[in-house]
Amino acid sequence: MPKWTKPKMLTDATLSFCPGCSHGIATKLVAEVLDELGLQSKTVEVASVGCSVFSYNFFNCDSQQAAHGRAPAVATGIKRVHPDKIVFTYQGDGDLASIGLAEIVHAGLRGENITVIFINNAIYGMTGGQMAPTTLIGQKTSTSPFGRDPKKQGNPIKMCELLATQTGPAYIERVMVSDYANILKTKKAIKKAFEYQIAGKGFTMIEILAACPTNWGMNPPDAMQFIKNDMAANYPLGVYKDIGGDK
Amino acid sequence: MTKKVLMKGNEAIAEAAVRGGCRFFFGYPITPQTEIPEYLSWRLFEVGGDFVQAESEVAAINMVYGAGGAGGRAMTSSSSPGISLKQEGISYMAMAEIPAVVVNMVRAGPGLGGIQPAQSDYSQAVKGGGHGDYKLLVYAPATIQEAVNLMYIAWDKAEQYRIPVFILGDGMMGQLMEPIELPPMKQPNDPEKFDWATTGSHYGEGRRIINSLYLKSEECLQQNYRLQAKYREIEKNEVICETIDCDDAEIVLTAYGSVGRICKSALPILRQKGIKVGLIRPTTLFPFATKVFEEVANKPNVKRFLTVELSAGQYNEDVRLAVNGKKPIDLLSRMGGEVMSAEDIVEKVMEVIK
Ligand SMILES: Cc1ncc(C[n+]2csc(CCOP(=O)(O)OP(=O)(O)O)c2C)c(N)n1
Ligand code: SF4
Repeated sequence: MPKWTKPKMLTDATLSFCPGCSHGIATKLVAEVLDELGLQSKTVEVASVGCSVFSYNFFNCDSQQAAHGRAPAVATGIKRVHPDKIVFTYQGDGDLASIGLAEIVHAGLRGENITVIFINNAIYGMTGGQMAPTTLIGQKTSTSPFGRDPKKQGNPIKMCELLATQTGPAYIERVMVSDYANILKTKKAIKKAFEYQIAGKGFTMIEILAACPTNWGMNPPDAMQFIKNDMAANYPLGVYKDIGGDK
Repeated sequence: MTKKVLMKGNEAIAEAAVRGGCRFFFGYPITPQTEIPEYLSWRLFEVGGDFVQAESEVAAINMVYGAGGAGGRAMTSSSSPGISLKQEGISYMAMAEIPAVVVNMVRAGPGLGGIQPAQSDYSQAVKGGGHGDYKLLVYAPATIQEAVNLMYIAWDKAEQYRIPVFILGDGMMGQLMEPIELPPMKQPNDPEKFDWATTGSHYGEGRRIINSLYLKSEECLQQNYRLQAKYREIEKNEVICETIDCDDAEIVLTAYGSVGRICKSALPILRQKGIKVGLIRPTTLFPFATKVFEEVANKPNVKRFLTVELSAGQYNEDVRLAVNGKKPIDLLSRMGGEVMSAEDIVEKVMEVIK
């Protein structure tokens, strides 16, 4: 494993995430990619509402904090004023797939030239472990204490599948950060998404299957296993859309 | 003097926005303001701007948040039900101090209400509207020309105070056609000139953050103090209010917006009947023309007030606060999209002075 050095696109602020939380990994991966693509002084981040709400303190670039679910709309506003700049959102699953469903779908349909980093941890982390739209069938949360029952609480939403059926999005991939090999794959996917944005290809979204050990009630190694065995079984990994080469 | 052109209210407002520097519009269709987005959907592209028909009013106001926070001159327009949906975003913009312009062509409510003119969004516009302690700079034009003049300076004021500016119109004004004089095109705005805008050009130490979150109560308190100080400054500097014939008036009418204009046309009729009548017509609703009301209420010649509004007395609440019991106040109110005529006002005056 190569020695890790702090990317320039990360500030010195201490990450506010719990031990074993995938937000830390994802945040660092995005910062590394921004470094590698030389996007300092060219980027605006849009923070969402969830455990990543303070991401404006972590990314070393201009940033706007958006209302719950509205990050893709805020990013749209920024991108329309500065089409030559790189704009990305960093959103949790409650933010993106529940309250912000309309905003993410329509940003995708418009082919808005932004990148969305979507952290799917199947739970509402920040508010203390309530059911998310992505919570698995049978999964216990503080508002589905008997396990999610589709008859009562509906079914989990598959965002990559949903967006990939539409015209507009350019690149959609689902990855996970359960182990070193998959973390590298995740970084590759993130990099590709930003490269597409630089090339002006349009809307890109990377869904990252992620752990919330705190609210899953697991230790970090078990949480990594849960991503691999349970999350990935319900949310298959892979490229769901890729318009490829020249648009 | 420039040549006058005949224009519909909504289109004149849209053109004045462009001339005032607006380059970005985000909105969602709703009667009676739809001519504003329709006009800007082609006009903005002529001047190198951009236009997005958003998926909802919620999305639209958040696009304005993003664009305004990035230093662009951005706006949205809507009518009452749509403005209710925008309140979350407006509250965030107030706290994050984002300059932008929001137009409300008010229709009758509550609920889906009706599409006829009303003033029943007064409290929502003037008292904040969304959650938290905040104010907007609220302009209530009475004529299309006044609306044009206010749109023209709206972004200057919004940027000066880093505050959303709110234009409170009504369906009547939007649909009316009038000859107006259009101001010249302003120089385009450069987002890089602001020391707060997230243009993406900053990295490390100099990076900018647009944010409304202050989890530490002491920091949240300080930000609230900053906002309140700004509102006091606005109260000091930005009041616009027209008074007519209050020096000898025995009864003083007060109304804003289109109703102010109807009141104006009742004045000569009443004077002809030998009734000494005056008018206070505020153009800014926040800041409220409290001093004007105080001065007029202190005049010995003034015996009473008559508030005229297209709502149940929302505006009258502020009139009563400003008059502060010095003189009696009557209310002529219409709701539901019914508009009073000058004759109705004359009749009411005759009734209350009996
Ligand atoms: C309008 C609104 N409703 C509810 C909330 C409360 N809230 C804050 S974070 C959150 C859930 C976030 O969950 P998710 O997006 O999955 O992110 P995570 O915390 O798991 O990273 C909720 C419901 C809010 N801030 N605003
Ligand atoms: S609560 Fe969950 S998602 Fe939030 S920081 Fe902790 S582990 Fe991460």
